[in-house]
Amino acid sequence: MSTKPVPDTIPSAEAGLTGPPPQTYLLRLYVTGATAKSARAIANIKTICEEHLEGRYVLEVVDLYQQPELAQGQQIIAAPTLIKELPLPLRRIIGDMSSSERVLVGLDVRRNG
Amino acid sequence: MDPERRLLPKTPTGIAGLDEITGGGLPSGRPTLVCGSAGCGKTLLAMEFLVRGATQYNEPGVFMAFEETVPELTANVASLGFDLETLIAQRRLALDFVFIERSEIEETGEFDLEGLFVRLGYAIDRIGAKRVVLDTIETLFAGLPSPMILRAELRRLFRLLKDKGMTAIITGERGDGLLTRQGLEEYVSDCVIVLDQRVTDLISTRRLRVVKYRGSAHGTNEYPFLIDEDGISVLPITSLGLQHPVSEERVSSGIARLDAMLGGAGYYCGSSVLVSGTAGTGKSSLAGHFAEAACRRGERVLYFAFEESASQIMRNLGSVGIALQPWVEQGLLQFRAARPTFAGLELHLTLMHKAIEQFKPRIVIVDPLNSFISAGNEAEVKAMLMRLMDFLKLSQITGFFTNLTAGGSAADHTDAAISSLIDTWLLLLAVESGGERNRVLSILKSRGMAHSNQTREFLITSDGVQLCDVYTGSGGVLTGSARLAQEAEERAQQLALRQEIERQERALERKRVVLDGQITALRLEFEAQQAETQALVERQKAREAQLARERLGMAWSRQADAPTGTGEPS
Repeated sequence: MSTKPVPDTIPSAEAGLTGPPPQTYLLRLYVTGATAKSARAIANIKTICEEHLEGRYVLEVVDLYQQPELAQGQQIIAAPTLIKELPLPLRRIIGDMSSSERVLVGLDVRRNG
Repeated sequence: MDPERRLLPKTPTGIAGLDEITGGGLPSGRPTLVCGSAGCGKTLLAMEFLVRGATQYNEPGVFMAFEETVPELTANVASLGFDLETLIAQRRLALDFVFIERSEIEETGEFDLEGLFVRLGYAIDRIGAKRVVLDTIETLFAGLPSPMILRAELRRLFRLLKDKGMTAIITGERGDGLLTRQGLEEYVSDCVIVLDQRVTDLISTRRLRVVKYRGSAHGTNEYPFLIDEDGISVLPITSLGLQHPVSEERVSSGIARLDAMLGGAGYYCGSSVLVSGTAGTGKSSLAGHFAEAACRRGERVLYFAFEESASQIMRNLGSVGIALQPWVEQGLLQFRAARPTFAGLELHLTLMHKAIEQFKPRIVIVDPLNSFISAGNEAEVKAMLMRLMDFLKLSQITGFFTNLTAGGSAADHTDAAISSLIDTWLLLLAVESGGERNRVLSILKSRGMAHSNQTREFLITSDGVQLCDVYTGSGGVLTGSARLAQEAEERAQQLALRQEIERQERALERKRVVLDGQITALRLEFEAQQAETQALVERQKAREAQLARERLGMAWSRQADAPTGTGEPS
């Protein structure tokens, strides 16, 4: 560790511990209409991203009611579903994102445990 | 159909036999649960439901697969002749593989299955589906957390399907003590079908049972079913009851003398005929005659052989003057030869069923029946044969069955105890006497006709079967050379009697001749005596006349006085 200077740009201490260079997160949140659950999920994920991935994430919110054909292509079962497309591996996070700890585990931002 | 069955609208599955059991199909616009253990054909049944719907009833369908991917499914059912790719291209079928990988999923709070609903709803709307299959939805429980949420969502899913008016099949794995692992039967309460695969005597058979059908009568038995190149066939034959029409038409047995014994006209058309007998009594020859006669009339005959191959049967029958080969070539006669152990009873029955439906024969021959019987399955064999006979009768097909009676057992006993199902029962017996075995035929019963009660000797000649009168004289019932010997002896006895009479007649004649001779001799003797006596009398008279003359002369010479009389001269 001493040979490798810690970059200033690291957004959080937790991410820094994981080692690999920072990467842009490509996230898609699939919701079904403007339900309370959808709204909660959107608000929660935005907060989490801002806190932990500020500046290196792209979040796209998709309403399945508007684009139902995406549900099959993206293998969506539950709603809301957040798909972490990048960095690999692909991860699916379901639910209203109310447990930020679990969201971070799901995003591989934080190790499980 | 009776009016009460009309109350509940039904959607025909198009699966052979299933619609008969359910009285018309699955409940329209409602989900049906199909459950069973692995490998018993749930997916296939569900897929056939969709494919038949799309191809035969113009009802597009959505197949949502949770276990097999689309290419896997397509390949699996291609062997059944289902071309999914074409149906998908024609928008008559939609396949959706729902991929769930537990390790990829992180649950972070409250969720629902709206994503799945959107998918399903979109697929339904896109092709205007009327039918839906969810195979196997319980996979969700393994792939997603929170069973509580899932249960609530499943309830909502089934509601959604009902609201959309989908006739749906939901499949489920069989669980411990429950029909399905997750108790899906709780949600799908309209119709439940259980599939099962059991192995008996090393032979596996798939069975289907309608456990529940709300608002409808249905067959409650376990029905065996078969998966072959045409899809699924269920055999609902026993559910049909005894309503077959009967025919007054008669059909020749192929042996004139036997027809004469059977009220002069042969078997009834559409009846079941059983020929039982010990080994080598000519059962197959009777079958061959019957088949040949039918072919001669231009009727189709289907011959199920379970002990000999087709060519062996034709060779053997050819040796007794029954040529079947030409009829096979003309397509009037078809052989189906298979070992009984080749498949389970139900499979055999199903195969026979299918063969009969395809070939549409007027006569079906099963030779022999009892090769199906192995240890301990008599009840099943009987059930199977009953279904076969019912089916034949319903189709107005004359069934001709042979039954091999084991040596030593009662001749009027069939192994499968099917005698009560039989209309005409011929008995062939080998009678052993005088160092030879001779065959005799008698009619044990023949329903609905005046039939002969006589035993006939059954001769197998190079010109086919011939029936002869047996000897039933004072020496008992004799057959074969004993009959010939007895007949010869009787002829000899009659000849001897005739000769004796002639001899006696000759003796009498001789006596008469002798008597005549004696009479003549006596008469001659009498005439001789008579002549002698007369001569004597004549002679006496002549002498007396002589004396008188001499006396007169003497007197004259002595010049005697006038004659004084005849006194001595003094």
